[in-house]
Amino acid sequence: MGILAAILSLGGVALAAGIVLAIASRVFHVEGDPMVGKIDAILPQTQCGQCGYPGCKPYAEAVTRGEADVNHCVPGGERAMLAIADLMGVEPKQVEEEPAPPMLAFIREDECIGCTLCIKACPVDAIIGAPKQYHTVIEDHCTGCTLCVEPCPVNCIDMVLKPEVLEEWTWSAPGTHKKIETGNKHAA
Amino acid sequence: MLRKLLEHLKPTTPGTFPGGMYPPEHKITATSPISQCPLPPVLILPLKQHIGETCTPLVDVGDSVLLGQKIAKSQGYVSASIHASSSGKVVKIEEHPIPHPSGMGRPCIFIEPDGKDTPDESLEPMPDYRNTEPSTIRERIRICGIVGLGGAVFPSFIKMVRDQRNPIDTVILNGIECEPYLTNDHRLMLEKSEEILRGMDIIMHAVNAKHGIIAIEDNKLDAVEGIRKALTEMHGIDTCNIEVRVLPTRYPQGSEKQLIYALTGREIPAGRLPLHIGLLCQNVGTANAVHNAVCLGRSLTERIITVSGDAVPQPGNVCARIGTPVPFLFARHGLHDMDDVHVIHGGPMMGERLSKLDVPVVKSTNGLLAMKRDTFYSEQAVEEPCIRCGHCVEVCPSGLVPNELAWHCRNDQFDRGQEYDLFDCIECGCCSYVCPSHIPLVHYFRYAKGQVAKIEKEQEFARISKIRSGARDNRLAREQAERAARRSRAKQQHKAASADKAETAGKSETKPAAKETQNTNENNEEEST
Repeated sequence: MGILAAILSLGGVALAAGIVLAIASRVFHVEGDPMVGKIDAILPQTQCGQCGYPGCKPYAEAVTRGEADVNHCVPGGERAMLAIADLMGVEPKQVEEEPAPPMLAFIREDECIGCTLCIKACPVDAIIGAPKQYHTVIEDHCTGCTLCVEPCPVNCIDMVLKPEVLEEWTWSAPGTHKKIETGNKHAA
Repeated sequence: MLRKLLEHLKPTTPGTFPGGMYPPEHKITATSPISQCPLPPVLILPLKQHIGETCTPLVDVGDSVLLGQKIAKSQGYVSASIHASSSGKVVKIEEHPIPHPSGMGRPCIFIEPDGKDTPDESLEPMPDYRNTEPSTIRERIRICGIVGLGGAVFPSFIKMVRDQRNPIDTVILNGIECEPYLTNDHRLMLEKSEEILRGMDIIMHAVNAKHGIIAIEDNKLDAVEGIRKALTEMHGIDTCNIEVRVLPTRYPQGSEKQLIYALTGREIPAGRLPLHIGLLCQNVGTANAVHNAVCLGRSLTERIITVSGDAVPQPGNVCARIGTPVPFLFARHGLHDMDDVHVIHGGPMMGERLSKLDVPVVKSTNGLLAMKRDTFYSEQAVEEPCIRCGHCVEVCPSGLVPNELAWHCRNDQFDRGQEYDLFDCIECGCCSYVCPSHIPLVHYFRYAKGQVAKIEKEQEFARISKIRSGARDNRLAREQAERAARRSRAKQQHKAASADKAETAGKSETKPAAKETQNTNENNEEEST
């Protein structure tokens, strides 16, 4: 009798817990793998394709599936690599390429023939223009991915260094500010 | 008995603040009266000299301007207009280096003075300010481009709000001047005590404050004397509510939060302002500027600067126009050869070394210190490992643990740094000063703060890029779907048309032809849409 009560009560608890879990899995169902979103949030969203995938999200998906290594995002650099490795629980790996300084695409407008090929190539819609009209780059939205350079039939797109502005200037780490030493003499 | 006990329980003001230290004063210019700097050959006025948005110029090249004329308009709420500091002609508007550790430039308006100093008299003096609406006074202070002259250059009118939820009950005038070398506030208190008190009364009226405190350190007892004397002689001011408080000399007592703690024993919560605890803190220089703006109708076009340092043959305090080139000012004090001289903009503790000397005086310039190269470097030694002596913890006025914090900042662990309250650091420099291992602690904190801001900016950019690329992907998918739908519809129509054609072929010769053209028309229309 005692054993029957134990089996029944434990069985009842298990059943109740099972029902609650079943309902919860329906109610709190998440579409897709949440890991993809987390990795995608770390990536710099340049959509540059330097990782070998057509954009940041496809790379995030590949990493989640275990197809890609964590060290392929060049613009993200070491910081993104470490964060992804931490999320995935794998050993960090050296990023092979040094991240380039921030660049911007610049269209030499007098040479532009208005073919719209660069507009189609831009992953963030940062080039505006119409057929047979000059095109131009919206600087604030250009991620410097260089995807527009190749399709241009007249080679009128240059990648230029993003100009340094005072508002975005920050202190460099101690011991790395040798520039000032020579700067003073020069100015005087 | 009970009363006696209650007396003991009354909160006493601490008179000082936790941490801090006592660096050598070097106030060699304390006895030199303020001299007037002559008109320079050119005045360079940067379009941003305050915390907030950059101004837009109101003048063009070739325009004539008057002394005190507004030449650049403030943009947005947190901003302050720029005024011509002499009459003359606008010769150019272009980028020019400004006093900033980066040595980078900002757009500046260049004025060639005509030497006449013809004033712009559009602003009416309001000597009867006690009977003027507080909002009018606040607006006057805004129009005159007045910012905090203690060094932070925060637009003053913003602090002077009359808020029902946070009524300001006490106005504190900061005459502490705790930085070594600097004596500009000291001299101002001695020479313009009446103007300062008048300015304080204006501020008290504008925010409806009941009490006023003037805080002065005990190394400036002559200034205390001067202010007290002026208080007894002032007319038209209710002087019983104004109190002069003498505090023991200690660095960084002039910092707003530390001063408020020393005076009232109250702490400002992290991320809040003094106004949230019913206080308003202004520098004595700002009070003088407020007096000039309200009682004389003059906008902020000049300020007092301490020109000092061991490379300056004739150090002194000088009243210079904003826009005066720094080399011109040094030449007036006998320093012509700027080779092997390092110039600090501000005080030696919190100021920044200028990497370019061809910069103008701006609203934040309270001191210009020229140091011999040897003095500058004799104190600086190579960074050595932390020996955990804890001196930095003892002196930190914000109650941080600088050695631990620097450890995280050096290793780019900015999240951990923020857990150690990185952003509560006021960059006073006490920890770097006392460190026996010569660790540039404040430099690490400045670096870390900059990196945190940079990372936040990058994340914001990534967020926007993601939205844009997502929108583009959706658009491409939609276009593809539409194209596919169009194609299948066209195919069906074509099929129907050919079936129709086969059916009606035998009956009539003209009809199907017409139908076919109609069909093709429809197709064309759909393609073009």
